[in-house]
Amino acid sequence: MTAVDKLEVVATPEVPATHPGLFHRAWALPTAKIGTVLTAVVVLVAVLGPWLGPVITGHDPTDFAGKPFKHDGIAGTDGIGRDVFTRFLAGGSTLLLYAVLATAIGIVLGAAVGMFAGYSGGRLDSVVMRGNDVLLSFPQLVFALLAIAMIGPHGWLLVTVIGVTHAPRIARVARQATVAVVGCDYIRAAEMYAVPRWRILTGEVLPNITGPLMVELGLRLTYSIGYVASLSFLGLGIQPPSADWGLMINENRIALVVQPWGVLLPVLAIAVLTVGTNLITDSLASAAAHKEAR
Amino acid sequence: MSLDVTDLRVSTVAGSPVLHGVSYSIRPGEILALVGESGSGKTTAGLAALGHFRRGLVPSGGTVTVGGTDILGLTEPERRALRGRTVAYVPQDPALSLNPSLRIGRQIAEVLPAPDADRVAEVLAEVGLPSDPAYQRRYPHQLSGGQQQRVGIAMAFACRPGVVVLDEPTTGLDVTTQALVLETIGTLAEEHQVAALYITHDLAVVAQIADRVAVMRGGRVVETGTTREVLGHPTHAYTRELLDAVPSLDGAAPAAHEGTPVLVAKDISVSYGSLDVLRSVDLTVDTGECLMLLGESGSGKTTLSQCLSGLTAHYTGSVELDGVPLAPSTRQRSAVQLRDVQYVFQSPFSSLNPRRTIAQSVEVPLTRLTTMDKARRRERVAEMLDRVRLSRALARRLPEQLSGGERQRAAIARALVTTPRVLVCDEVTSALDVSVQATVLDVINDLRRELGMAIVFVTHNIALAREVADRIAVLLDGRIAECGPVDEVLTRPSHTYTRELLANTPKL
Repeated sequence: MTAVDKLEVVATPEVPATHPGLFHRAWALPTAKIGTVLTAVVVLVAVLGPWLGPVITGHDPTDFAGKPFKHDGIAGTDGIGRDVFTRFLAGGSTLLLYAVLATAIGIVLGAAVGMFAGYSGGRLDSVVMRGNDVLLSFPQLVFALLAIAMIGPHGWLLVTVIGVTHAPRIARVARQATVAVVGCDYIRAAEMYAVPRWRILTGEVLPNITGPLMVELGLRLTYSIGYVASLSFLGLGIQPPSADWGLMINENRIALVVQPWGVLLPVLAIAVLTVGTNLITDSLASAAAHKEAR
Repeated sequence: MSLDVTDLRVSTVAGSPVLHGVSYSIRPGEILALVGESGSGKTTAGLAALGHFRRGLVPSGGTVTVGGTDILGLTEPERRALRGRTVAYVPQDPALSLNPSLRIGRQIAEVLPAPDADRVAEVLAEVGLPSDPAYQRRYPHQLSGGQQQRVGIAMAFACRPGVVVLDEPTTGLDVTTQALVLETIGTLAEEHQVAALYITHDLAVVAQIADRVAVMRGGRVVETGTTREVLGHPTHAYTRELLDAVPSLDGAAPAAHEGTPVLVAKDISVSYGSLDVLRSVDLTVDTGECLMLLGESGSGKTTLSQCLSGLTAHYTGSVELDGVPLAPSTRQRSAVQLRDVQYVFQSPFSSLNPRRTIAQSVEVPLTRLTTMDKARRRERVAEMLDRVRLSRALARRLPEQLSGGERQRAAIARALVTTPRVLVCDEVTSALDVSVQATVLDVINDLRRELGMAIVFVTHNIALAREVADRIAVLLDGRIAECGPVDEVLTRPSHTYTRELLANTPKL
């Protein structure tokens, strides 16, 4: 080589350890492990259930397996004689899919609006965020009820309404995190090299606000599960005769004393799932806070 | 009261040692300076005098004796009773240690054993602050940085402690205020026969204030002695290294520089509301020269440098590159213009994206401003990292895995990777230790010789003038107070402000 060789190259003997990533730090906490196990159990049931159900019980979720409210099979039959366990196994996948899709819509929309407002600053920020506050003032569930009552109980509508009503809440968090990042000189540096604004948002801002966004993701997923189940319970979500946990609770609650499994199984599943996702969120939150503290 | 620290060992909770048997002692009325760079363990060794260890650190041996009692043998409540009364502490940043919502009179009264209005006034007078009730009713944010620090010192000395630990109390103050604060500390320590421990990385300050010096490195004291001995005849190689790193104002005049104007700022004015930050400033930078833009915080030097490099668009006047006016905002400048004027930010801890590797960060200007293909860009980045003396192994690391000096050199590499004709350096060494500052200045000087670009070196530290600059422009209250060749400004300063700066700059 040439002149470069003459320069003394300052050697660094060992690689100093980088702070482990967010997920790595979260995983070190017991809450994360418990939460993951709980979530994984319910997710497995929900995802594999629709296929396993007929194999285990020999019934289809919508088949009439016997007389109503009898203790036949694993968990008995429901009010019109369908097998409860089959319906339980089949009833989680749609709920989970809707909850995940709704959360995804909320995160993408909310993060985009929040980052845009936080990065633009000034009057634009104020206008966007005040508009956001107006949206925040609608109670989420009431807004969803209204939309579904007007348009009808469609899956796509359920997902869209829950996702869109999540967005303003996520936008607040995303904006707050963005404002902190925008104050850093590396954003100035990117502007100095005339990096397009959208590239600054995706390349410089987004990777540095993943912590709070992940926490928000977990939190909103928990809420989504609750909302989808609630709306199905109210008869505005997934429609009969499809099997669904929320719907099952409603269908079977009249026979809670005679045949409790029809209510207990879906309630337990929803409870375990939300506790699980909540524990994961908690561990992510404390891992993110820990990073800021050092 | 005297302070004796013998064979003090401190380790992390996990067991890795931080201090390997540190010993020092201070007699009443004496000031000992504990010198070392960041990470040398000097703050840990200093805080041990208070019986305090930062979270995650535990003492694993040795004694800390204050006036006959071994502090490490005491329980935490007993230690707490000693703090303030027997051992006091002055933190680095007074803005963070004073309660922002408490008037300073109240705040001082709180540390006194019993509320006593006369005593508060006396304590304030001791540090040379006004002691009238109106002044006592002020909040910390209504004081200047220097005044805040003197309130901090007043609080430390208020209960007549036997030992005072001062943790870099003048970092962040301008030289004139620093001189005043140092004088206050010296007088108080002598008057009240206090054993004072002064933690610092700045040997020039040590020369001003300390009676004796202990030099620390890697958790060990490598050299101790009287200030005159250690600074005059250092025996340890590391002490000599530190001494060499201290910028000196003495030296020969640099050869007169011949060049044609490359960057010209004409009639630049900036105001925020009714506040005028810059008032009609004219500045010329010649090819290949280094112009030092000198001024204290609030003088408008950073604003001016940002106008030059297109980071601020809210100014009137014009900036011309080779006679062609530049658009105020970088988004309207051409790629060639962007390549030609580059800017290095003050803090390397904030100017590099923590989620990008060093190589990725350095590559950004090439991707944006040149048409080089990927392979050429890689090659160019590697070459540039060599030039700023960063080993290639660092290229794939994240900023947090690098030291402050390494990060700043990476930031310089990013600015130079497009071979600019003008490099604007905004306080590039003020976030760094003195010894690290020396290596960064070295790199800048070498690169200037090799690449021949002009440099605008923005700083508050006139002591760096001989190290880097050909000419100095002194900025005061948004106006150029004085401008001329280094030698002329340093030996025959025409403005009183410059004379004052020179008189107050600590020398070895």
